[in-house]
Amino acid sequence: MNLTLHVWRQRNSSDTGRMVKYNAANINPDMSFLEMLDVVNERLIEGGEDPIAFDHDCREGICGSCGFMVNGIAHGPLPKTTICQLHMRHFQDGDELYLEPWRARAFPVLKDLVVDRGAFDRVIASGGYVSARTGCAPDGNSIPIDKESSDLAMDAAQCIGCGACVAACPNASAALFTSAKIYHLAMIPQGQPEREKRALRMVQTMNGEMFGGCTNIGECEAVCPKGIRLEMIALMNREFVWASWKERPELVGVGDRG
Amino acid sequence: MIPDARIPSGPIEKIWDACKFEMKLVNPANKRKFHVIVVGSGLAGASAAATLAELGYNIQCFCFQDSPRRAHSIAAQGGINAAKNYQNDGDSIFRLFYDTVKGGDFRSREANVYRLAQISVDIIDQCVAQGVPFAREYSGLLANRSFGGAQVSRTFYARGQTGQQLLLGAYQALERQVDAGKVEMIPRTEMLDLVVVDGKARGIVTRNLITGKIESHIADAVVLATGGYGNVYYLSTNAKGSNATAIWRAHKRGALFANPCFTQIHPTCIPVSGDYQSKLTLMSESLRNDGRIWVPEDKDDKRPPNQITEAERDYYLERRYPSFGNLVPRDVASRNAKAVCDEGRGVGETGLGVYLDFGDAIQRLGRHVIEERYGNLFEMYERITGENPYVVPMRIYPAIHYTMGGLWVDYHLMSTIPGLFVLGEANFSDHGANRLGASALMQGLSDGYFVIPYTIGNYLANTKLERIDSSRAEFRDAEAGVREMNQFLLNVKGKRTVDSFHRELGKLVWDYCGMTRNAPGLEHAMGKIGELREEYWRNLNVLGGGEELNQSLEKAARVADFFELAELMCRDALERNESCGGHFREEYQTPDGEAMRDDANYSYAAAWEWRGHNQEPEVHKEPLVFQYVHPAQRSYK
Repeated sequence: MNLTLHVWRQRNSSDTGRMVKYNAANINPDMSFLEMLDVVNERLIEGGEDPIAFDHDCREGICGSCGFMVNGIAHGPLPKTTICQLHMRHFQDGDELYLEPWRARAFPVLKDLVVDRGAFDRVIASGGYVSARTGCAPDGNSIPIDKESSDLAMDAAQCIGCGACVAACPNASAALFTSAKIYHLAMIPQGQPEREKRALRMVQTMNGEMFGGCTNIGECEAVCPKGIRLEMIALMNREFVWASWKERPELVGVGDRG
Repeated sequence: MIPDARIPSGPIEKIWDACKFEMKLVNPANKRKFHVIVVGSGLAGASAAATLAELGYNIQCFCFQDSPRRAHSIAAQGGINAAKNYQNDGDSIFRLFYDTVKGGDFRSREANVYRLAQISVDIIDQCVAQGVPFAREYSGLLANRSFGGAQVSRTFYARGQTGQQLLLGAYQALERQVDAGKVEMIPRTEMLDLVVVDGKARGIVTRNLITGKIESHIADAVVLATGGYGNVYYLSTNAKGSNATAIWRAHKRGALFANPCFTQIHPTCIPVSGDYQSKLTLMSESLRNDGRIWVPEDKDDKRPPNQITEAERDYYLERRYPSFGNLVPRDVASRNAKAVCDEGRGVGETGLGVYLDFGDAIQRLGRHVIEERYGNLFEMYERITGENPYVVPMRIYPAIHYTMGGLWVDYHLMSTIPGLFVLGEANFSDHGANRLGASALMQGLSDGYFVIPYTIGNYLANTKLERIDSSRAEFRDAEAGVREMNQFLLNVKGKRTVDSFHRELGKLVWDYCGMTRNAPGLEHAMGKIGELREEYWRNLNVLGGGEELNQSLEKAARVADFFELAELMCRDALERNESCGGHFREEYQTPDGEAMRDDANYSYAAAWEWRGHNQEPEVHKEPLVFQYVHPAQRSYK
């Protein structure tokens, strides 16, 4: 199959960037999207042109490195699929595809389709954990956890931190990402002691990182490759309100940020 | 020189405790005076960095990805072993130890393996305390399953994403220390050299992958947790960025490299479909618990699988290995798949594939049970191949997956360079010639959470470390060397891309130093690798400059190291005149085609010393002594 690509090219974070048109000829439908780009890049190099930079690593849909917009949809048209797992058989011969990096103030473009998602690490660092010092743990079976809660926790813990939710959101909100971790740890007994502090701090950090606010649009859920559900944001909001009410004196004004 | 493995004497079940007691401690107030560099943020690196920081050491942790959470440990699917015996099915620390030594085909170090089995139980506790959502039974207790090569159910799992959940647990512990100011996390930065001062590892030289800046970092000790070298084969189940550069450059600075030819071929991967293919995708071997592997009896039978009757199918693993059946260890399953395909009975367009069939299991347990156990794997398979495995049997073929070889380390996980510690897949220590399923996660976390925190303290407490700064000649020379090599790669300006060389190199290593090897093939491969390497430095084409994000340049430096490592792998395979585990030399097999070890002559770890460019490396042999598990031919019949 033959495709026309329009790819965002930007040399570095201070370059203004522009769309550039490429022909992707003789593409095998069994290729993954990134393999198609590999082929395009090999041809670019042979022609003396700088290859298109994009983040990728495991190519199994689990590391969360890859991701860009294809015709305005984060990770492309196939639901619950990262761009590395999207195969060309889902496109038609002659398709015209526009590839752009995640667009969000909190994710500055570094080059071409590569963005800086360091803000996500900072959100996790501000409470997305259980403070379990190595060596202090009781026996794994000393606290039974009902299967349902454990399964719900796992549903949320599956988040791969790719950033598609932010890219898809018209507000560039990181609510789905942040709520997935809050939800995961709220569902299990180990997460309880730090539950309120976690919600307060993570939401505060999220707002400080230039992500927009959540207005329940739901684009995030639609593009999430791991099926993280909108209801997790609802839980996050409840956790945050409850925790803010309890700890108001310490954190007045948190909700006004961002 | 025979490296001293520093194995404490005494009964094996007591030596780790005794060793911990004998090791010197660093006073709590003094820990903050020490600075440790951790390279890599996978299970071993993240757990080490987090735990050392908790203890009070100052840590700098480096990874080449944009976030420590991307490390390839994340892709491990099946599970993690622990000798908890929660199932009351006869498991014990000794049994896990025994299985691992036997599974490693008697080429691992007993003391290390025993410690691994002991620590396995603490790992599960630690991960549960962190909130890792392991699978649970309706009682609320932890669930287990049996996993390739084990006759007890000792594998803990989190759906098909165990590695992800364990890594995120370690990553979160790491981020907690970042928040506490004890870890400086430095992502998108690659280690390109080790700096040795007065015979001790004292720092590294890195390249910032965004700006291209080359920098030195000083430390009192350096920990490498940079994973394996499976990407030497180009097509592997490793992440695209996984590389051997950190360990290889440490090797060139004096760290011995042990058993490079011990590589593991995983039996259940999605077959290659075309020459554009960039990587191979593993399907967890937990699938072998319920899936049955077969090929048609008749090699000319090209009918679709559902038209081939039971009588016309050959369930070759069940036939040849009645007691283990489809659950034989990875090396055995892989070689048998190759054998039936070599007979011409392989399935799929390329003939390089066998069926993994869930028809019986779906009938016996119901589709919903299979869906709950393997749902995400089935989805992944369908996404890649476009076929629905609930209806059509999966097609699988072996692929390179793990490397048991790595930098030689002693019982303290220290390499032959004092102050350089190596953890996880990057070292050689625990899996011998073949790793059992669900053991890699166990080793990574054991090394990081529970071994290095003790042994590094002992090193720091016992070692006099002079204050140094990066103006020293050793740092300046290392930086200059890195700049020169990168500049050289950029200046070749030849005709071929890095990937085209890498693909050709990978094919050579796969064909001659892959699932089976033989002396003429290995000699041929060494010649060919040398020729290709010579062309690499003459005809490589890397565009762009060094002071920008340049993914081709990153790859070019890694592939340059893979060339040298590939030659060492072949040399090691050629020198080891026996078959053991993943190293199957065609000349050394039993009449029915099983691996034939030579314990009298090859019961050692081969630790190679770099002697300079165009110099033959020298092998040093660490003899392996088996006091608790007596070497026998592995039999899974």
